[in-house]
Amino acid sequence: MAMEIERKIYKNSSPDAIVERLLKAGKKVTAPVRSGKTVDFREIKSPSEIEYKTLTTIQSAKKVAFPKVDRVVEFEVLKNSVNTLEIDFEAYPEQVLFGARPCDAAGFVPLHAIFNWDYADQFFLKRYEKTAIISFACSTADEYCFCTSVGGNPGNTEGSDIQITRTGNDQFLVEIITPKGKAVSALFDDLLVPETEKTEKEKFLSDVPGAFDFDKVYNKLSSIFENPVWEEQASRCLGCGACAFVCPACACFDFQDEKSLKKGSRLKLWDSCGFSGFTIHTSGHNPRESQGDRWRQRVMHKFSYMPHRLQVRGCTGCGRCSRACPVDMNIKEHISQIESL
Amino acid sequence: MSNLIKTAEELLQNKKVNLVIGYEKGTGSKTRPVFIRKTEEASKLVFDPEMSQNLAVYLLRPEVKKAGKTAFVATVPALRSMLQLASECQIKDRDLIAIYVKDDQNTLLFEDFKSVETFLETASTGFKPEEQELLSKLLAMSTQERFSFWTTEFEKCIKCYACRAACPMCYCHRCTTECNQPQWIAPASHPLGVLEWHLMRAMHLTGRCVNCGECATACPVGIPLNLLTYSMMESMEAEFGTKPGMKADTKYALSVYKPEDKESFIL
Repeated sequence: MAMEIERKIYKNSSPDAIVERLLKAGKKVTAPVRSGKTVDFREIKSPSEIEYKTLTTIQSAKKVAFPKVDRVVEFEVLKNSVNTLEIDFEAYPEQVLFGARPCDAAGFVPLHAIFNWDYADQFFLKRYEKTAIISFACSTADEYCFCTSVGGNPGNTEGSDIQITRTGNDQFLVEIITPKGKAVSALFDDLLVPETEKTEKEKFLSDVPGAFDFDKVYNKLSSIFENPVWEEQASRCLGCGACAFVCPACACFDFQDEKSLKKGSRLKLWDSCGFSGFTIHTSGHNPRESQGDRWRQRVMHKFSYMPHRLQVRGCTGCGRCSRACPVDMNIKEHISQIESL
Repeated sequence: MSNLIKTAEELLQNKKVNLVIGYEKGTGSKTRPVFIRKTEEASKLVFDPEMSQNLAVYLLRPEVKKAGKTAFVATVPALRSMLQLASECQIKDRDLIAIYVKDDQNTLLFEDFKSVETFLETASTGFKPEEQELLSKLLAMSTQERFSFWTTEFEKCIKCYACRAACPMCYCHRCTTECNQPQWIAPASHPLGVLEWHLMRAMHLTGRCVNCGECATACPVGIPLNLLTYSMMESMEAEFGTKPGMKADTKYALSVYKPEDKESFIL
């Protein structure tokens, strides 16, 4: 996938014209849309639906390749046998994720690693193959952002096929990063002009101060499995799945069958290690009995196990879990505390 | 030093309680629950009536039960949750002390259910203005409009169960939605699964919900879930004359039978 990043300029006050081209070409476009007080990723039919002003959506964009409900097989019971109907991957849409943040795009790196680990999860992979990610570099940040502590930055291109940076009222820098990005950019290439003078992209990016040193945290975690910090930090945790479900890198899922007498389907559904039922055995024994055990698993998975086993970080520093948590389980604060143990 | 901190310190110092559940300053402008076990930690306590969660959600936790006598900072809805839990035989009289913060200088201590009941007789238990406004809008809608309002709201639901986790009355060890032999509620967060979940929860909270609003506050995608239980609560009061969380010995209308119970609404 490695190619040299192509830099172009788009002169307009809004990227709407680009979106028009994508829609016209029949792409399914998912972008941030406002509904009342909240902004989240939704499929759009017109660029006017896009909310450009928001920093981050409540949820990550993972649903474009890892939907909250995904049908993995259908079956029908015949007289003496069961007939299974496999999923038609061809029917997955050619799509563009538009207006994701770099921390969202970066989330597809750990997702791709997990879904390709011991089993190649076709449901994710086939959707992902048909998805081009056009991200927007960040010119603002809030107190929950910490991408710079987990290897990212407000202009990080990792995971993006194209990245757009606003460099003026009527000007954007368009970076074409991957062959997939190149193919999509052909749809609006005539709207772009060559970059005649090198844009200093950094000048237009927000400043996200570092909160902790990732490697230091990684090393620390190997020796604090038994530590009171887990129970202390998790004492107020309510055990819901909000943090995992809004996370761009959380990939845990559950299979459930939905059936009537004669037919049914098997569904792949989001799950969360924060739920008490996540690890409960049929005997009633729960190896992760307390919320502290479950919180430890969440932190370990992201900051120790994934870097160790898959060479990817399980956190992109988007801060969504901290914003969504009803009891202020702030990951940036907690990891910083762990670093200083 | 605020009176709340002084009160908590005294309770811990004099060994009247082993644990104080209150609020501390969180990150940014947030406040958040905190568990205070040592006198010297009591200085962390803050109180902000605007942002105070219903701490009654922690009262049935194993680690809280294990702590022995506990005090908790209680708002009016939390006091009602406490009485409702008492009426459902989940907590015992005099096991808990509720600390009610009137203002920076004044706190009230409730050491038994009776004193909470007396206090609640004159306390205000209404909606916030913005909730009242949305509620009036909802009540003015036709059934169809209202259904479409909730359908749109439910599209956002991801079944993270923050509503359940934040609710002091959702304390079942095994929620109906997790029962799979048979499967009563579709576990998927597709339209049917979401509708079934929220209907089931509203039904289970009928006559038990004290309208603290935590389900709505906790919801990461902003569904105003507390409005869903509202008319159930109204109906219970109209039909059976019971208002949850006002008395520690309220008999739950849907599990007791009285010869004078109305039957007019039974089809």
